[in-house]
Amino acid sequence: MHAQQLVNAISLGGVYALFALGFTLIFGVLNVVNLAHGAMFMLGAYTALQAVLFFKLPLAVAVLAAIVVTAGAGWLLDRFIFAPLRARQAPHLAPMIATIGLAISLNSTIQGLFGAENLRFPVHGLAAEGLRLGDVQITWLELQIILLAFLLMAVLLWWLMRTRMGTALRALAESRKAAALLGIDVEGLFRLTSVIASLLGGVAGVLIALYTNAVFPQMGQPMLHKGIAVVILGGMGDIRGALLGGFFLGCAEVFSVAYVGSTMRDAVAFGLLFAILLLRPQGLFGKAAQRRA
Amino acid sequence: MQLGRVLFGALVAIGYFSSLSLAQIKIGVAEALTGNAAQYGVPIRKGFDLAVSEINGSGGINGQKIELVIEDEQGKKEEAINVFKKLIFQDKVLLLFGPTLSNSAQASDPVAQGAKVVVFGTSNTADGITSIGNFVFRNSVTEADIVPVTLKIAAQKTGLKKVAVLYGNDDIFTKSGYDNFKKALEALKIPVTTTETFAKGDVDFKPQLTKIKSSNPDAVVLSALIAEGAPAMVQSRQLGITLPFIGGNGMNSPKLFDLAKDNSDNLWVGSPWSIENPAAENKRFISAYQKAQNALPDQFAAQAYDAMYIVVQALKKVKLTGKLEVDRGALRDALPAAQITGATGAFKFRQATGKDGKPAGYDAVQTAIVMMTKGNQYVIQLNEATSRAGSTPRP
Repeated sequence: MHAQQLVNAISLGGVYALFALGFTLIFGVLNVVNLAHGAMFMLGAYTALQAVLFFKLPLAVAVLAAIVVTAGAGWLLDRFIFAPLRARQAPHLAPMIATIGLAISLNSTIQGLFGAENLRFPVHGLAAEGLRLGDVQITWLELQIILLAFLLMAVLLWWLMRTRMGTALRALAESRKAAALLGIDVEGLFRLTSVIASLLGGVAGVLIALYTNAVFPQMGQPMLHKGIAVVILGGMGDIRGALLGGFFLGCAEVFSVAYVGSTMRDAVAFGLLFAILLLRPQGLFGKAAQRRA
Repeated sequence: MQLGRVLFGALVAIGYFSSLSLAQIKIGVAEALTGNAAQYGVPIRKGFDLAVSEINGSGGINGQKIELVIEDEQGKKEEAINVFKKLIFQDKVLLLFGPTLSNSAQASDPVAQGAKVVVFGTSNTADGITSIGNFVFRNSVTEADIVPVTLKIAAQKTGLKKVAVLYGNDDIFTKSGYDNFKKALEALKIPVTTTETFAKGDVDFKPQLTKIKSSNPDAVVLSALIAEGAPAMVQSRQLGITLPFIGGNGMNSPKLFDLAKDNSDNLWVGSPWSIENPAAENKRFISAYQKAQNALPDQFAAQAYDAMYIVVQALKKVKLTGKLEVDRGALRDALPAAQITGATGAFKFRQATGKDGKPAGYDAVQTAIVMMTKGNQYVIQLNEATSRAGSTPRP
């Protein structure tokens, strides 16, 4: 039982981390709490689902479709919401409120098109079958989610730390004015960040929909609440923090069910979170009064 | 004298010309047609539509046709109250059906009670709805009636000795389902190995299921709506839990076979209605529904369809005067005696008691059908109606 619960914790943590990566990226670079990230996540899942159900495409192509659609949505998000607000130097709460509006419109549109009820991907070997090691069961999909969370984090970190564009992005996160003075294409980078973060959300949506067997218009909402907790715990805007925070929340939830009781799950998980933030208000990887990409 | 009577009669007829000559009986329908509860409200509306088109098609009631006034209450309390007021005071309906959710009924049914209009719920199963007053009726069977039968039959047929329980603890419907299971388990003296909970919107049930697995039960009792129940079943099979599941009314939906395809076997549920029930009335309903809607009906459509026929039964015995208050009262007085055999089997009313201990509204008396899922469909294990009529009486 203990080994199985550990596997449960790590795969749930992978799910949270995957969601939190895009969320934290937008915060780190654009300094926006993007409350539409849950809607992007849902949009990705619905795109892939329609690709599979309606256009009868294989799953891999469906994931590509989800990437294209959510990347496009990310581009539009920056072009029509973040960029105009930046140009008008709106107070930083304005874009956050705008993303609430976007999330509601997206949810309502999808509900209007596809209905409020739960849908699911047709069963396939990936999610159903798995490995059996003694008492422990793990599906291939869970393994993929865990590996992908690490892989995406590694790629993002490499890109930020080792490439010219990443360096520019970090400069931008540090100071927009200084970055502009250095000749960095500030607007282009902002847009690129929005695109990448949104498509990360979309990919997470597809994988998590496969993992949980549930696609519904409000699927991003509970994930968004947990995602915010994960990002605050990890340190706002820090990529490594998103991953570690995700695994921490996953473990806290699973082990409180296993050893305290399922009615106490959220109380224990969020109590622990609160305790950590009392000790480290800036989060695990955050540095006080300093933003990072 | 004779002439005077005729003239008087003619005057009355002219006076009510507009309402009577159109000869329509206005019935209100307040259901959730949009929002999350629309998955129940929409089939309910279709059930009403089918029944009304059949009734009007065969000449109506004593020559009068039924006109439905349909409003969307969105599955929200506030909206249900607004819609009830509109139907009662503005549209002046004779009787109204709805609302979809028990939560909303608690808030809106007192409006109808206060205005002395019959409110007829076809999908409200929570305890206490009919204790609101003597104008509140429902034909939805409560889980308090169904759960003990389901559990007893499942225990007999699977030989289970102890169970684990999993339920949603933040939803009035799944929580009251759990309370009923708890009572029934105590009555049958079946011990519980562990009781686990989840919250609405949860997507990961593996920690709870792993714990359940290690407590070694013979079956899992599950009080959940299909949205959480189906993924919970899939995940339990992924964890290698092959035990039988015993579900509440929320798990009685053909949606299960979409959402938990190939992982849906061995779930026991009870309900007055089953798509597999071969009774003639049910077969006729299913084929008529399929023809009209090009889709299979569910329990919600069946209960709405039957509810309309129950009301029609009572309406046939009422002489409508055209005076709204008198007619509303007369219909209320005639309704408790209505009895039909419909898609959901034999039906009659039973008076409930109010919070003050006095007689109040009316609940349904129906027999249960216990089913088990196998190969992505429900298979009837026990039909109380036919087993009672059978030659070998059961203990």
